[in-house]
Order: sequence, then C-alpha cells, then structure tokens
Amino acid sequence: MSANIETHSVDTDSVDTHSAPQSAPVPAPSPPTSASLPMTKALNAGLRQAMTDDPSVLLMGEDIGPLGGVFRVTEGLHAEFGDKRVLDTPLAESAIVGTAIGLAMRGYRPVCEIQFDGFVFPGFDQITTQLARMRTRHEGGIAMPVVIRIPYGGHIGSIEHHQESPEAYFAHTPGLRVVSPSNSHDAYWMLREAIASDDPVIFFEPKSRYWPKGEVLFGESGTGLHASKVVRIGTDVTVVGHGAMVSVLLQAAEIAAEEGISMEVVDLRSLSPVDYGPILASAGKTGRVIVAQEASGFVSLGSEIAATVAERAYYSLEAPVLRVSGFDTPFPPAAVETHFLPSPDRILEAVDRALAY
Amino acid sequence: MTPNSAVTPDTAVTANTVQFLAADGSFAPNDAAAQFAPYLERLGEDDYRRFYRDMVVVRRFDTEAANLQRQGQLALWVPSHGQEAAQVGSAYATRPQDHIFPSYREHVVGMIRGVDMVDILRVLRGVTQGGWTPAEHGNFHLYSFVLASQTLHSTGYAMGMQFDGTTATGNPETDEAVIVYYGDGASSQGDANEALVFAASYQTPQVFFLQNNHWAISVPVSRQSRSPLYLRAGGYGMPGTQIDGNDVLASYAVTAKSMDDARAGRGPSLIEALTYRVGAHTTADDPTKYRDADDLAYWVARDPIVRLRTNLEGRGASQEFFDGIDEEAADFAADVRRRALDIRSPDRSVIFDNVYAEPHPLIDEQRAWLDRYEASFEGGEA
Repeated sequence: MSANIETHSVDTDSVDTHSAPQSAPVPAPSPPTSASLPMTKALNAGLRQAMTDDPSVLLMGEDIGPLGGVFRVTEGLHAEFGDKRVLDTPLAESAIVGTAIGLAMRGYRPVCEIQFDGFVFPGFDQITTQLARMRTRHEGGIAMPVVIRIPYGGHIGSIEHHQESPEAYFAHTPGLRVVSPSNSHDAYWMLREAIASDDPVIFFEPKSRYWPKGEVLFGESGTGLHASKVVRIGTDVTVVGHGAMVSVLLQAAEIAAEEGISMEVVDLRSLSPVDYGPILASAGKTGRVIVAQEASGFVSLGSEIAATVAERAYYSLEAPVLRVSGFDTPFPPAAVETHFLPSPDRILEAVDRALAY
Repeated sequence: MTPNSAVTPDTAVTANTVQFLAADGSFAPNDAAAQFAPYLERLGEDDYRRFYRDMVVVRRFDTEAANLQRQGQLALWVPSHGQEAAQVGSAYATRPQDHIFPSYREHVVGMIRGVDMVDILRVLRGVTQGGWTPAEHGNFHLYSFVLASQTLHSTGYAMGMQFDGTTATGNPETDEAVIVYYGDGASSQGDANEALVFAASYQTPQVFFLQNNHWAISVPVSRQSRSPLYLRAGGYGMPGTQIDGNDVLASYAVTAKSMDDARAGRGPSLIEALTYRVGAHTTADDPTKYRDADDLAYWVARDPIVRLRTNLEGRGASQEFFDGIDEEAADFAADVRRRALDIRSPDRSVIFDNVYAEPHPLIDEQRAWLDRYEASFEGGEA
C-alpha cells in the first residue's frame, strides 16, 4: 500500500508541460482518497505533504537522512527534499531543539525528531525554558512553529530509556501544546495540523502502534488537533486514554461486552490542552470514569483529568474517578514490562471496582 | 584577603593576545595584531571618538541603573563596568543586516544597535520579559538569562541565513552574519559546546564572542578551564583568537575580520576577549566576599576608557571634547533616570496575552476567571 502514498506524493511533479508545450496540460493523477497504512507510513506521508505544501518546513534529527530514522518515519524524504530540508544533525538533542528555535525565529517550521522518549531530556531545558516561552518573552512578536516528534511508550521489549512515557513533564509546561495520536489516520492529520500550528507542539508517537495498519482518509481530518473523541460508544463506564492505551481500552471493552458491561472509550488525542467536552458528556451519561495511561500515575495526566472530572462532573458521578497507570517506579526491565504496563485485565479490574460503588 | 585570584598566566594578556592599544594608551600593536591591522584602516578619527563617547555614556548609564536599583526602581541591575571596550568594538564591527544574540550584560551593544536603554531597564524592573522588538531594533535579540541558551538560537538563526541564501553571495553590503555573546561561565555549559559543534558542522556565518570577564558570579575562570578558552576553538575546527578585551581597537579589528569571514562564507570563528567585571555580577552580589582587592586593582589599572582617552589625548583631542562627552553622558543618564521613573506596570492581561499564538481553552478560561474574581470585589476592576 505504500506505493499509493508514493503516487500521492509526486502528483504535482508528474505534470510535464515542458515536453509538449502546445498541447493541453495533462491532468495530474488524482491522489488516492484513502490508504491502509502503518502509522510510520502515515506519518511519513504527513511529513511529505507538509514539506511539499510549504518550503519553510524542514526536518531535523539524528539518523533521519539516508537511514530514514531508526523507525523509518522519514524514509525517502532526504532523497526527495535534500540536505537543506532534511537535516541529519550531530548527536545533540539540546542543539536540535535550540537551533530549531533559531530557525523558527528566521521563519522556518522545523520538525525535530527525538530518537526515543528517554533521550528528550538533554533537550528538556531548551524545550521548557526557551521554546515554550519565546512567544511570551517576545510579547507575541514572534511565532514558534516547532514540532518535536517523540516516539514513546512501552510494549516493544527494549532497553532502558527506550520505553518511557514522559508526556506529563511537557503537559505541565505552559506554552507547549502536547498531542498523541492513537492510529494511522490521526497520525497523518494531527502531524499536519501540528506543523501548521504557530505554537510549539510536542508530538508523542506511540511506538507500539507504529506498525499495525489503519485506514487513512486523505480528504479530511474529521477532527481538530486538540479534540478528544469517543471511539467506542457505551453506557456503563467511561474509560479515557491516549496513544497506545487506546487499543488496550478497546480490547478491554470487547472483553467487557462479552460479560454484558458496556464501556465507552474516549481517545484523549490532545494532552494539552485537554478537550473535556466529550469526557464530561460521557461522564454525565455513565457516571463512572476511569483514566488509563502507561506513564507513572503520581502527578500525571491521569491525576489531572481525574481531578477535573471530579470537579466538573461531581453530581453525575456514581463512583470516584479511578486511575490505572504504570507504577511509580522507573520503567522496569523489559522482561517484566507486562506487569508494569496497564493491560486489558488491569483495566477490567478497575471497571469492576468502579461498578461496585 | 581571599585565596581567589583570577590573574594567572593563562588568563592575563600574553604575546598571543591581539593588542593595539597598550595599557598605557600608546598605539603599540603586537605581533599577534599584525594580520588584523588592515581593519583599522576602516576607522577615522570620528569613529575613535564615537567609541569613546559610547563607552563613557554606557558607564555613566551603568552607574545610574545601579542607583535606580538601590532606590527600589529596579529588581536587579547587571553592570557592564569594565567590559565597555570589548562590547563597543565588536558592536561597531557589525553591519545593519547582521543579527546580534546577546547574553544579558551587553547594554552598549544594544544601544549601538538602536535599543532604548529604558527598555533594558523595563526588563530589570520586572514589567516585561522581553523589552524590545529585535526586528525593529537593529536585529539585537532579546536578553537570555539561561546561560548559553542563546548560543544555540544564534546558530540556528545562522543556519537559516544559509538556507535562505542571504549570506556568502559575495556582496559584503548585503551578506548577513550572526554574532553571539557569551561568557567564561557560560563556556562551561553544554549548550555552548553543542552550538560550537553545530556551527562547525554546518559552517554557519557566525562569530562566537566570548567575553572572559574572569568571574562567573563568585567562581574564577580558572575553575571553568585549565587552558585559555580561545584554544577550544581549534578542537571544533574553527579559528580562535584571543584579544585584549580592554582594547577597543583589538575588539573592533578582530571582530571585523571574523564577521567579514563569516559573511563571505568562510565559516564560524571564536573570539575570546580578556576583560574584567569590575563591578558585581549583579546588584545582589558582593564581590569583596570572594575576590582579592589586588586582582581588582590589576584590572582597574587596565581600564578600557582611560586607555582610549590617553590615546585620544595623544592624537590631539581637546579637554573641551572630553568635557563635552562627560556632559553628554550626564544628560543621557538624567534622561534615562527621568524616563525610568515613568515606567508603568502592564495590565494583568499580559499574564495570558501571548502564551499561545492560537486559541487555548485553559488560558481563556483562567483569564475569564481572574476577570470575574477581580470584579467581585467592591470597586474591583471589570
């Protein structure tokens, strides 16, 4: 299916008017309206389209050139757009972010790739003290259209620093926008919307969802960058999650349905700001809310959402808002990660507790 | 007496240090200065006098700002006393199209590039975190209080010049370059290292202007580096030059060459300007607690303003000229003082105004809440 995407990408170049100037222009082949793609290919297509549409978009990161990134998300883009649009940088995350800030001041729209979740921290200072505040510091005089892509999360059996979920650090930082798609369609569109944003966007890519294919509709996104979305309708209990957790919640909902329990699943999509509309509407309907995440629970997205739902849906709730999280430990050795990461069964255990009230 | 002295064989002026004006004010270029001498031919008598005028004015301004801080008008002041020659010489070596990324002590560079000094005071008074619009003030970018953070921004900006094709075209009237200021303390930061790596890798049109003022608050430069800082440039594969930073001519000539090279596509370079922070790090600091009086006296005897004045006297500048500059400096300071006292606090809406470029529900909600809260008090603001 990747061939479809390649056809899609060259649509404007394929019109050769030079060889036959007298004849009517040959119409460009219509881009496909949809394709079934793994998330890596959907992201690749999103980057290619953004770079084609806007020459100020450029990519920066480690090994993103001829290699195409360690997850191949940028595969082929270096060959297509060249050295000045796809920058294989020296190995220094603070510099990747810091020079991206300078490039954004100059009018570029850099998209930085951080190789793995656990490697973002050398760039953390530039992200939090500089990128997030540049617009405020300049009293609105400049925009900071920088996207930082971070593959994150567990389930891939890898070594330390390669399986983490650091999103709360960024969601806690004013001036940043933080999002995470859970599927290929959202990955394509949310990345394009993030690149189009004049604010810095931290773009968390759930790496355990990189490879399953999903239908991408190229005609329209269907939702905005910061909209949360009900992805399964139910009546008994609301479960909220983002990124790879969404597929875990959907699996849990399948199992629960066999037991006669109807779970409504909300895909958070945006971690900052959080779109509470669908969450509160669902809470009003079910009276029971569970927030699930791979990240450690203490001072997390789940804590924040649980507190807000408790404040705003107080009279609708039949049970306290429950959280299902990774434990408050460093991410463990991969051999025991299945005990650390919330599984469908861990979700269902919380569902049982919520329903017992 | 404290054990800390910043004067060591490694950090004082040596034969390798570019110097045109000796400490006694005589024009006595050393061997290291020879290759930079042609750049002084760009200067006329008016330029020398302008250098002197700016150095005197900013020192007077500095005193006024410190006074304003003592009187409660500023939260903090960051004196530049002692570093005027390094800053004035390098600033005049830039062209209008160049971009300047300061640290936070380069007041006179801002003045030369067109920043209203009261705007700098507004930052230190705590009514703004920016103060001016770089694009409208000589491309003098905002102060950066996280040490060395600006080195990376400047390198990224210089990469953008390359991608835009606005540098290295062969036209010195339009070719652009970047100069970034940082210090001996900041040179220890990872960001300074990463900026130098990226600059060398992409061959950015950029000059790293390191003011070695010998003290990072209370820690001497000998703690930051065992070897002279300009030698680090070689490790990155770029030229490094040490100058007598209290010699305005050395600062001008070496920066002029380095910026010319940068604009012409010959890549980045590093200048280490040996100078001295005569004053405190900030008004919150007491240098007598950590540094030796002899150390200070050594550098005060090498004062950049006295040195240029002696030189100008030898070139025939009259007492009237110097008196006129003193009067101008006093007027400048009085004007700054008058306008500083008129600085008004911003409306509370600045808390929310520019956090995001695009609508953000949490910000909008909290802004509305604060408005309602304030309005809930009798006579509260709507």
